[in-house]
Amino acid sequence: MSTARPAISGTTIFDGAEAQKGYALNKMCMSFNDAAHRAEFLRDEEAYCSRYGLNDQQREAIQHRNVLELIAAGGNIYYLAKFAGIFGLDVQDIGAQQTGLSKKEFQEKLLAAGR
Amino acid sequence: MAKIIGCITTSHVPAIGRAIAKGLQEEPYWKPFFDGFKPVHRWLAEAEPDVAVVVYNDHGLNFFLDKMPTFAVGAAPEYPSMDEGWNIPTVLPFRGDPPLSWHVINSLVGEDFDITMCQEMVVDHAVCNPMALLWPGGGDWPVRIVPVEINTVQHPLPSAARCFKLGEAIGRAIGSYEEDLRVVVIGTGGLSHQLDGERAGFINTAFDREFMASLTRDPTWVTKFSAVELVEQAGTQGVELLMWLTARATLTSVREIAVGYHVPISNTAAGMMLLEPAA
Repeated sequence: MSTARPAISGTTIFDGAEAQKGYALNKMCMSFNDAAHRAEFLRDEEAYCSRYGLNDQQREAIQHRNVLELIAAGGNIYYLAKFAGIFGLDVQDIGAQQTGLSKKEFQEKLLAAGR
Repeated sequence: MAKIIGCITTSHVPAIGRAIAKGLQEEPYWKPFFDGFKPVHRWLAEAEPDVAVVVYNDHGLNFFLDKMPTFAVGAAPEYPSMDEGWNIPTVLPFRGDPPLSWHVINSLVGEDFDITMCQEMVVDHAVCNPMALLWPGGGDWPVRIVPVEINTVQHPLPSAARCFKLGEAIGRAIGSYEEDLRVVVIGTGGLSHQLDGERAGFINTAFDREFMASLTRDPTWVTKFSAVELVEQAGTQGVELLMWLTARATLTSVREIAVGYHVPISNTAAGMMLLEPAA
């Protein structure tokens, strides 16, 4: 059950409800700490997702490489970052994708925050 | 008796580790950040601590959602680092100090803190990067460590008020250890940043500055915020400021020796403070 509180826009509080919903997806992403598992995922993505029991929403989000979809499917960013790492994407690539900006625009937004 | 000789707080973002591995310290993007640590290096060279108690949050290396402790204390002889999924460079393992760890554990549980005790623990960038910032050069680490881990992955997170009390209790634990040890307490993480959601890239410099100032003059200021309110003020990962607060609370009154604040490093407002116990 989520805790009652006003929502923070553009933000998901990863609470018990999210943690239950995203368990399989996050568990798969946790396995990517191991380079051999990352290679195995790349060899046969479908089989790897099946082994961890991802649901359809989670599989689609993985197929789309879409971070907002992955969060909606219960993904937690700390684990999703390991998935993104397989494709050499860093947190600024992820930030750009989620905010609909180019990476350069996203970096500029961060620089502007310091001025 | 053991004595806390100082408290150092710093951001720990993975990009720092990559910059160190690639030797980018003099690049214009990085130079202001790395230069901020020069006074800390001078202080450490003179202070010669024996042990660092490192308060940090794990990012899915040692702990997963299957078992997620709110507070965990390491009691291992050695703490290795590992690939965290992005082929990040690992560092030499850290030596532990099991007798001090167990003293801290006994003392904390004796004060009703229900911590998790860990005889095996791999440490991630939240330990490795601050250590490499404080003791650069890549040689063997000159201090032993006692890691203290706080959950910031899965809500409910511990409140700032509870973290403050934990820090006070760690301070009492160290102060009651019989061996003559010089201990530095390190708090890693923050400051404001958010990696996830449409709000990714959120930074709140006004809040960060108020928080940093509060650590010297009014350290319980931030305890008026709930963990979710801290997310609102500082971002989903900005709540890592709980590590700073816990580390700061190990000392009663402090004076500021060095302070740095630089935006951005990667997606983060990077801060650093070196505090000494006030005489």
